Amino acid sequence: MLALLAKEPSHGYQLRARLRQALGPLGEAMNDGQVYVTLTRLEKAGEVVSERAAGMPDRPDRKTYALTAHGQQRVAEWLAEVSWPKPDLAEFHLKLLAAAAARLADPLAIIDAQRRELLRRLRDAQRAAMAEADGSEAALLLEGVVLRLQADLRWLEACERSWGGRKARAKA
Amino acid sequence: MTTEAQPMVRARGLRKEYGSQASLVRAVDGVDLEVSPGETLAVMGPSGCGKSTLLHMLGGLDRPSAGELWLAGRRIDHMSERGMAGLRRDTVGFVFQAFHLMDELTAAENVELPVLLAGRSPRAARRRAMELLDRVGLADRARHLPSQLSGGQRQRVAIARALANRPQVVLADEPTGNLDSEATLDILRLFESLHEAGQTLVIVTHDSRIAATADRLISMRDGAFIDETRLTGGTSGRLSSLVDLDG
Repeated sequence: MLALLAKEPSHGYQLRARLRQALGPLGEAMNDGQVYVTLTRLEKAGEVVSERAAGMPDRPDRKTYALTAHGQQRVAEWLAEVSWPKPDLAEFHLKLLAAAAARLADPLAIIDAQRRELLRRLRDAQRAAMAEADGSEAALLLEGVVLRLQADLRWLEACERSWGGRKARAKA
Repeated sequence: MTTEAQPMVRARGLRKEYGSQASLVRAVDGVDLEVSPGETLAVMGPSGCGKSTLLHMLGGLDRPSAGELWLAGRRIDHMSERGMAGLRRDTVGFVFQAFHLMDELTAAENVELPVLLAGRSPRAARRRAMELLDRVGLADRARHLPSQLSGGQRQRVAIARALANRPQVVLADEPTGNLDSEATLDILRLFESLHEAGQTLVIVTHDSRIAATADRLISMRDGAFIDETRLTGGTSGRLSSLVDLDG
């Protein structure tokens, strides 16, 4: 949100429209309220200032929001950051180990169920990507979601090979 | 699916073996399958799992060693060579990973060829080819040679060719295997439009993207089916739950 304000001061509804364009169907759950709640929070933190246009009532949707010097610094820091979402695979890995150790469930059945769930998510993401026009900003984001899901599905294949092998050896 | 109608594809105990005795390889090992008219089915599995052999048998390119196989209501496992050739020309449309277009023919001529082979007039063949190239978004590339087209465009020409004789089933073997992400999306959109037009589609692939857009997905290992998932409906959640958004 701060980064969107870096270009020029904007109304809240302009920011929302800009986010909608960038996120496409992935931003559909975002509502106007969230945008204003965030802006108010940023204002309290001193990163954003709002200005009411002359003669307009004091309502958030009538205000123009702009970055403060502090806000600009935050944007610069954020752009320089290299943080990245970490894949959270340990939980599933431990689930398979626990299921096998305690003989609570068949790891292969757990893998199958997980694969179905990921395939359904992949289907949703792929269909959304197919519905985007060429060159849309959201299409690139959706491609990222699709590629992540594909990578997870490949890991599930590796899990399946490994646990299938253990099962075969246990029988032998 | 509430299909009282007879399946477009039906297989019982389908088997394909190569070699003999000690070196016997069971490429397809006892497969039972039914594909409903208008359904898109994906068969997924690692290379060597037997999915291509299965597809070749479904389309009459290869004969089963054992089992029963029906296509569009006709039993084909013991069909004559002549019958099989007719079947491949009129009932089935094939799409391959490597496109298999004739390099010295233009896009339009490639699509016309099966229509001419089916005994239609050159004019009818030309008309059908132009109609199909338009449908795959390549009307303006009709006179291009395959070498003048991108991989994605070549595959779209190959799909137009597969549709030339209005096949009852389209069989695709790794159709996005040689394509980049963007061209894959074009092919998926095209399959989706075929699906909406009621075309029966069987796709074998190891690309999870294409598999995820099917109505039903079968996983295959070592010549046999190991899992089946009906994908229609997608997740119950919203698309936005696919990413974390905050701030």
